[in-house]
Amino acid sequence: MDMGSISPELLLASLMVAATPILLAALGELVVERAGVLNLGVEGMMITGAICGFAVAVNSGSPAFGFVAAAAGGALLALLFALLTQFALANQVASGLALTLFGLGLSSLLGQGYVGIKPPPVAKLDIPLLGDIPFLGRVLFSHDLMVYLGLALVGLIWSMLKYSRAGLILRAVGENHDAAHALGYKVVRIRVAAILFGGACAGLGGAYISLIRVPQWTEGMTAGAGWIALALVVFASWKAGRVLLGAWLFGGVTVLQLNLQAASVQFPLSTFGWMFFGAPLIYLIHLKLQRSRISWRAIAFVTAISATGLGYALVMRGAFTPFKVEYLSMSPYLITILVLVIMAGDKSRAPASLGRIFHASQ
Amino acid sequence: MKLTHLLTSAALALGLATTAMAQDTTKVGFIYVGPIGDGGWTYEHDKGRLAVEEHFGDQVETVYQESVPEGADAERAITQMALQGADLIFTTSFGFMEPTVAVAEKFPNVKFEHATGYKTLPNLSTYSARFYEGRAVQGHIAGKMTKSNIVGYIASFPIPEVIRGINAAYLHAKKVNPDIEFKIIWAYTWFDPAKEADAATALIEQGADVILQHTDSTAPQAAAEKAGGVITFGQASDMAEYKPLPRVSSIIDNWSPYYIARTQAVIDGTWESQQVWQGIDKGMVEIGEITDAVPADVRDEALALKQAMADGTYHPFTGPINRQDGSAWLTEGEVADDGTLLGMDFYVEGISGQIPN
Repeated sequence: MDMGSISPELLLASLMVAATPILLAALGELVVERAGVLNLGVEGMMITGAICGFAVAVNSGSPAFGFVAAAAGGALLALLFALLTQFALANQVASGLALTLFGLGLSSLLGQGYVGIKPPPVAKLDIPLLGDIPFLGRVLFSHDLMVYLGLALVGLIWSMLKYSRAGLILRAVGENHDAAHALGYKVVRIRVAAILFGGACAGLGGAYISLIRVPQWTEGMTAGAGWIALALVVFASWKAGRVLLGAWLFGGVTVLQLNLQAASVQFPLSTFGWMFFGAPLIYLIHLKLQRSRISWRAIAFVTAISATGLGYALVMRGAFTPFKVEYLSMSPYLITILVLVIMAGDKSRAPASLGRIFHASQ
Repeated sequence: MKLTHLLTSAALALGLATTAMAQDTTKVGFIYVGPIGDGGWTYEHDKGRLAVEEHFGDQVETVYQESVPEGADAERAITQMALQGADLIFTTSFGFMEPTVAVAEKFPNVKFEHATGYKTLPNLSTYSARFYEGRAVQGHIAGKMTKSNIVGYIASFPIPEVIRGINAAYLHAKKVNPDIEFKIIWAYTWFDPAKEADAATALIEQGADVILQHTDSTAPQAAAEKAGGVITFGQASDMAEYKPLPRVSSIIDNWSPYYIARTQAVIDGTWESQQVWQGIDKGMVEIGEITDAVPADVRDEALALKQAMADGTYHPFTGPINRQDGSAWLTEGEVADDGTLLGMDFYVEGISGQIPN
């Protein structure tokens, strides 16, 4: 495909930036949900973090303080949710929705004096040597600290949930809080800690938008990013690695489709053919790796589809059609959901105690 | 079933009662598509609302609801406002057209005003501003100022108002700079600062050094400022925070006089359904200060262009103009009629790319 004036280097670099806010927020929500709590207030916590971070960064002149304040602000709002759901035993769905409304209102109140102000610039880490590598240096090693924090969090959360005792306990609480309680684990305390962590992460994600990605304060500026993060956790089957993949896909396709529009790139029709050629083969390999038994009929079927695809691709070589903008603009949602849903074909499922109220007496 | 019926009649009765009680104070409602703090479109409408409050004092009560999504939920929001006893309701986005029509049919005694649409009823007016006049001025400055000859345009939805703006800006940029190229991104949103900033960044990375926007937030201004060496124009509002660079001028929508006049008409009982489309001449479209970043001669030309449109000696769509496919639209000296402009669904010759359906 002729990418016209699109520079893949800049594109991949913007992908990392576009993915970071939803990545941070989704990672936080992942931990919360693995502890068995459904907090629908991500949007509210994000926007609160966005204004707390912005206000503190502007007043102190230091973006670092801003991010700390954003985490604190998000966690503080999450504390409200924790009090409602863990101590007052309120319904989690209703409390979460209320938290979003409250966060949106609170942030616009706090933000009254901050419209049109420029935040202090966030320095990019100029990593010596690594940053000078052609292509990779620009794509991977020329970002601000928060991008790397997001990536580090993915590894940290993944390894903690998989290998550490703390992660095991957290998962136990999320899978069966009664059993965890019977074993002597402090269910409520663990959940409150998880909720606060989720709030802090959402706050960081929000501040990333107001301090780096845009950078400015505008009322309601997260504009649904919190809901995307929530959906991402579900479609990623509550797995940290897949959350990263989902965030990259969503951020990447978003940026890519904007660039494709700007460059008015033509779409090669043969792509469809290659897709039909490749997809069944990948599926076969996948089955093979899982040591499933593959029937002859399946092989014949797959070969037929692949051959048709290959034929189409060869016939359509050199034929182009303009991208339809309406399809382009829905592509981030479609592609992300499609890929993650296909991946969720294995037996992943929600934590068993997700959204259920726990009280020691019951 | 019976209970729902009872509740509905109770709600209706309550609505009627409030209407009856509100005889002395007139209640004016506003439905906004974004938050009042967006710094652009909705911000200006809310300034109009505040002007109504200030003008009439205790005589008028205003209510508003912000961030109402275009679509089914808008109908609920408008209905609720009518039930609360509003006498006059302004719905301020194109996408509120069908919901407004639906609610207006149910409440014949309430007056409705829909911005930028084209459907009317005995109790539903439409009003809009000739933003394209401001776009012509922007296009002129853009064509003169660009060094890369690439202008980036962040469009929102493929509706006539937005297409008109692109055409007007392009024609006037092309007139002063034959090498000009427009790169257009359809953001499919009115308000999403992160996405608007991403769109601006994508355009800048592809060589644009002028960014025009038809979305509501100031995010593209911030993105342009971050990138440096790029000029922008305030959209719907002055966006003066970004003066003198990147923002070099702006289109300001001034709704206050219209809102005050229509509220007065309701109070006097003289309100009638109408279709209003005002431009620079009546002051509904204003051109914000052209900053010193623009060379003096360019500024003078831009102001002369504005003056010519204000006194009616020049129309931005004056032939000869061809459509994108090369077919003739306007012949030499022919001026576009309002009907074609209101339903504009084609690019003019020279713009590349397709308008999405």
